[in-house]
Amino acid sequence: METVQLQKIAQTVRQDIIREVYSAGSGHPGGSLSATDILTALYFSEMNVDPADPAKKGRDRFVLSKGHAAPALYACLAERGFFPKENLVTLRRLGSSLQGHPSKKLLPGVEMSTGSLGQGISAAVGMALAGKADADPGRIYALLGDGELQEGMVWEAAMAASHYKLDNLCAFVDHNGLQIDGRNEDVMNVMPIAEKFAVFGWNVLEIDGHDFEQILDALDMAKKCKGMPTVIVAETVKGKGVSFMEGQAGWHGKAPNEEQAKQAMAELGGEL
Amino acid sequence: MAEKIATRASYGKVLVELGAENPDIVVLDADLSGSTQTKKFADVYPERFYNAGIAEANMMGMAAGLAVSGKTVFASSFAMFAAGRAYEIIRNSIAYTHANVKICATHAGLTVGEDGASHQCLEDLSLMRTIPGMTVLNPADDVSARALIRAAAAYDGPVYVRLGRAAVPVLYEEGRAFEIGRAIRIKEGKDACIIATGIMVDAALQAAEILAAEGLEVRVVDMHTIKPLDKDEVLAAAKECGAIVTAEEHSVIGGLGSAVAEAVCGEAPCRVKSIGVQDEFGQSGKPDELLKAYGLTAEDIAAAVRGLVGKS
Repeated sequence: METVQLQKIAQTVRQDIIREVYSAGSGHPGGSLSATDILTALYFSEMNVDPADPAKKGRDRFVLSKGHAAPALYACLAERGFFPKENLVTLRRLGSSLQGHPSKKLLPGVEMSTGSLGQGISAAVGMALAGKADADPGRIYALLGDGELQEGMVWEAAMAASHYKLDNLCAFVDHNGLQIDGRNEDVMNVMPIAEKFAVFGWNVLEIDGHDFEQILDALDMAKKCKGMPTVIVAETVKGKGVSFMEGQAGWHGKAPNEEQAKQAMAELGGEL
Repeated sequence: MAEKIATRASYGKVLVELGAENPDIVVLDADLSGSTQTKKFADVYPERFYNAGIAEANMMGMAAGLAVSGKTVFASSFAMFAAGRAYEIIRNSIAYTHANVKICATHAGLTVGEDGASHQCLEDLSLMRTIPGMTVLNPADDVSARALIRAAAAYDGPVYVRLGRAAVPVLYEEGRAFEIGRAIRIKEGKDACIIATGIMVDAALQAAEILAAEGLEVRVVDMHTIKPLDKDEVLAAAKECGAIVTAEEHSVIGGLGSAVAEAVCGEAPCRVKSIGVQDEFGQSGKPDELLKAYGLTAEDIAAAVRGLVGKS
């Protein structure tokens, strides 16, 4: 798919994120918007998935380790046809399959329940182990937050992925530099990210996480790398696409009010 | 004297058999495969064994990932590190997805012995029992351990199996059938009922013998499944025996005693006395010394029964 088309889809995904979070009255817009282009590239260009057969054998699988970016995942799944787009506004409502954090049991297309940070990457390592054991052609993708790297379990998983030479595993780090309490370096420094993964035995690629050509190139290079897992450290902007949310830790887990939602939608070329 | 076998040894043995029967079975351990006995499987099926290293949290996360990929996963460590350290991963990655993972945790309870309190998990039944959809098993001997681990393998969903370090007497004849959620009434009686689990079943039988010599006919139930609890058997004990003593090598908070009390209080209230470790940590010592020091002997159970039936 052309980069221009992906950009267009990403714009729609961003609009849906705002609609979802505004409708729910809570949720995590900042990290959803920073991860949007990565997710769009995965679901609309890279991954072999079939909305008509979500459990298809040999499919690629994605784990949202930073489960709080669920609005972005849901927007992509709906846009890709896994469920009707009108369901997006049921986010976080009682009885909805769109839980505050993704639930595998409730929503086809969600490959792993996540939300408790550090656990998704570990499950992705298990999925990649199974893929290797079964010679399954499907690749395993995961998306981590940068703040999430503070969880020790991430590094247990990183060690295991390298130990078992899981070249069918490709993780992204959504490096927007911000977490709930502020800047990573003020809360708990996670830098240098690339070097950390490198010494854990990963193939490390560093890109602009909002540049589709770079994202797609990195995904190609990841596939070509044999004998080790790949991590793509993506420089991103928290709240990307909405001027007043960009670079603001305060928009990590806060819904816009009506006026803010309208402004956000206008900036994203849509209407509330 | 009955042959003695540790339930962890039963686990190692049955795991090799299951490995031959089901190619989808994979086994994970966290650098304790010799102690947990998963090494027996690893030696025969190295391609289906994954050592997670000393990283129990990641082991449980990988177990979930393997399970959602179609594997029947056995994940083992000591109970302290499986149920304790990895609790939240078990809850959120394994149980919330109802993943097909069998957490076979060895070295549970006081009878770990000399390693002391840091390794004596007395809270695992309580922790695992509170997780929605988790099945919790605590076999008493070699025969029941192998049968229940087989039942766990055949069941699609998360199961916690509590296993011990120390060799314990074989109580059942080979081939005896065990069903998850259905208690075994080993001895009939109507004066009181001892509901025991794990290694305390043997002590319960000894207690019943002591009491029989005193003219008390005491029922003994092996509650090998802590969850789902065999409520019918518990209510039958309450209604027909009128007094229940529970016995477990576990804290009196949250385990079998609590489960039994919860079951009877609404429907058939009766007096329930819990034999277990009081609200305290264990310590180093020989298994038998520890059981005595913490009030977990046949005589302690017998005294509790006497207290309930007014014959103290």
